[in-house]
Amino acid sequence: MSINKEGNGYTMTFAIVMVVVVGGLLAYIASTLKPIQQANVKNEKMQNILQAIGLEETNGVSRDEAGKIFNDYITERIILDYDGNVVSKKTNEDQIESAAKSMKDEKDAFNLEVRKYYNTLTGLMKKYPEGGAEYEAAIKEKGITYPLFVAENGGKKYFVTYFSGKGLWDDIWGYVAFREDGTTINGTVFDHKGETPGLGSKITEELFQNQFIGKIITDENSGEYKPIKVEKPGGEYNQHQVAGLSGATFTAVGVDEMMNRSLEVYNKYFSSLKTASVQPIELPVSDTNMMDSIQVVVDSTMLAIK
Amino acid sequence: MSETKEPLFSKKNKKLISDPLNLNNPVTIQVLGICSALAVTVQMDNAIVMSIAVLFVLVMGNLIVSLMRNLIPSKIKIIVQLVIVAALVIIVDQVLKAFVYDVSKSLSVFVGLIITNCIIMGRLEAFALGNKPWASILDGVGNGLGYGLILVVVAFFKELFGSGKLLGFEIFGNSVDQTGLYAIGYEDNGLMLLPPSSLILVALYIWIQKKRTPSLIDEH
Repeated sequence: MSINKEGNGYTMTFAIVMVVVVGGLLAYIASTLKPIQQANVKNEKMQNILQAIGLEETNGVSRDEAGKIFNDYITERIILDYDGNVVSKKTNEDQIESAAKSMKDEKDAFNLEVRKYYNTLTGLMKKYPEGGAEYEAAIKEKGITYPLFVAENGGKKYFVTYFSGKGLWDDIWGYVAFREDGTTINGTVFDHKGETPGLGSKITEELFQNQFIGKIITDENSGEYKPIKVEKPGGEYNQHQVAGLSGATFTAVGVDEMMNRSLEVYNKYFSSLKTASVQPIELPVSDTNMMDSIQVVVDSTMLAIK
Repeated sequence: MSETKEPLFSKKNKKLISDPLNLNNPVTIQVLGICSALAVTVQMDNAIVMSIAVLFVLVMGNLIVSLMRNLIPSKIKIIVQLVIVAALVIIVDQVLKAFVYDVSKSLSVFVGLIITNCIIMGRLEAFALGNKPWASILDGVGNGLGYGLILVVVAFFKELFGSGKLLGFEIFGNSVDQTGLYAIGYEDNGLMLLPPSSLILVALYIWIQKKRTPSLIDEH
C-alpha cells in the first residue's frame, strides 16, 4: 500500500511530526548547554569587574579564573537608590546565585540588570525631556537602582560602578572603578553589543579605557560633582576630559552620556561617605596634590603621543 | 541494485568538491551569501569560525534533506528546508555560546543569519533534493569550502591592512607603541575595517579569477 504523498493528510502529519521532533531536539540541546552558557556570562561579568578595579593582580585575569578569585577581591555588593542610599548590602560571605531568572536574588547587586533598567530610564527620559523634579520622582517610583561593588586589596578600598547606555547601534555598558576618595578613577572597562568594528568597538581597547585612570569626577574647588567629558580627539585634556575616538563620535557621545548620568548618582553615595569620615579638612589638600601629579602624567603622555 | 557501485571519490564526485572552489564558487561566481562575507571578515578568526559554522550547517542540511528527499511533501518543501536549516543554526549558535563564548560574541547576529544565507537554501533546493546522500555531503563540503575560501582571503587582507595583524598577531608592529613599520610613518587603512572594503576585495578576487580562467567570462 502506498501513501498519497500529495494529500493534505500526509502533508499535515509530516509537518506535525517534524515540528515535534525538531522542537524536542532543540529544547534538549538548549537545556543541556544552559548551565555552561550561564557560567560564561557570570564569569565574564566577574572578569570585567575585576579588570576594572585597575589592580596589577587582577589585570588580564582570564574568564575562568575570575570566577574563582572574585570573592577574594570583591568584599561587598551594594545596591544604591537614586539618592545614593544603600538599599541592600551583600558581602563575599553570601553566595552569588547562578540559578534561573525567576530564582535570582534581586537583593544582590551582582544580579542587577543595568541594561534592563536603562530601557526603563529611556522611557522616562522621553516622557520628561526637561528632567526636573517630576523626572526624578518617576525614577524613584520605578525603583531604578544602581549596583556598586566594593573591592579591598592591600588595605585599600576600591569602588566599582556599573552602568549602561546607548552607543550608535546598540547598548553599551561600562564598569568604572574609583579609589578610596570616591572621586579618582582607578580603572575602567567598557563593552558594547554592536558598535562598528574598528571604530566604535575601540571603546573596549586599553588605549581608550586607560585614559580615564586618574581623572576625577568632582570639582577641585567646590567638591561638587563635575562630569567627565569625552572630547574630540587631539588637543589638550584636563582632569575632567578624555579623548574620544575619531570615526566613532556617537559611541563616544554614548559613553559620555551614560557616565555623566550614572556617576552623578554614585557621587551622592561617595559624598555621603566623605561627610561621614572624620577628616573633612584633610581631603581637599590631598586632592590637589594628587591632581598636580595627574596633570604632569597627562602632559607627559600627550608629549609622548605627539 | 545490480549496477556496479560508484567509487567514493570518482571523478564526478571530486568535481563536486573542486567546482565550488573555483569554477562555480558560490560567492564570486554565483554571488550568493555576499552579506555575511562582507560583514564578518574584519578578523581572520571570526571568518574561520563563520566558515566552519556555514560548512557544518551546509553539510548537515544537505545530508538530512537528501536522506528525506523522497519523504518531503512537495507542497511544503521550502518550509521543511527552512526548519532543518534553522534547527541546525540554533544548534551551532548554542554550542558556540557554550564553548567559544568570545567568538560567539564577536559574530553576534551573523550566526543566526546563516539561516538566510542564500548558499544554504540554494544548495538544499538545487542539489540535495535530487541527489543521493554521499553526493550531497560532498556538494556541501565543496560549497562550504568555497564560501570559506573567499571569507578567509578577504579577511586576510582586511585584517592585515586594517589593523596590521593576522589572527591577532602583530605583523607590522604595534601601532600604539609606534614600533615596527609604524615607527617609520606607516598607518593602518581605516577603510579596510568597514564593509565596503570587502566589496572591493571580492571584486578584485573575481577580476583575477576571471582573468586566469577565460571560460568564466560571459559571452555577451
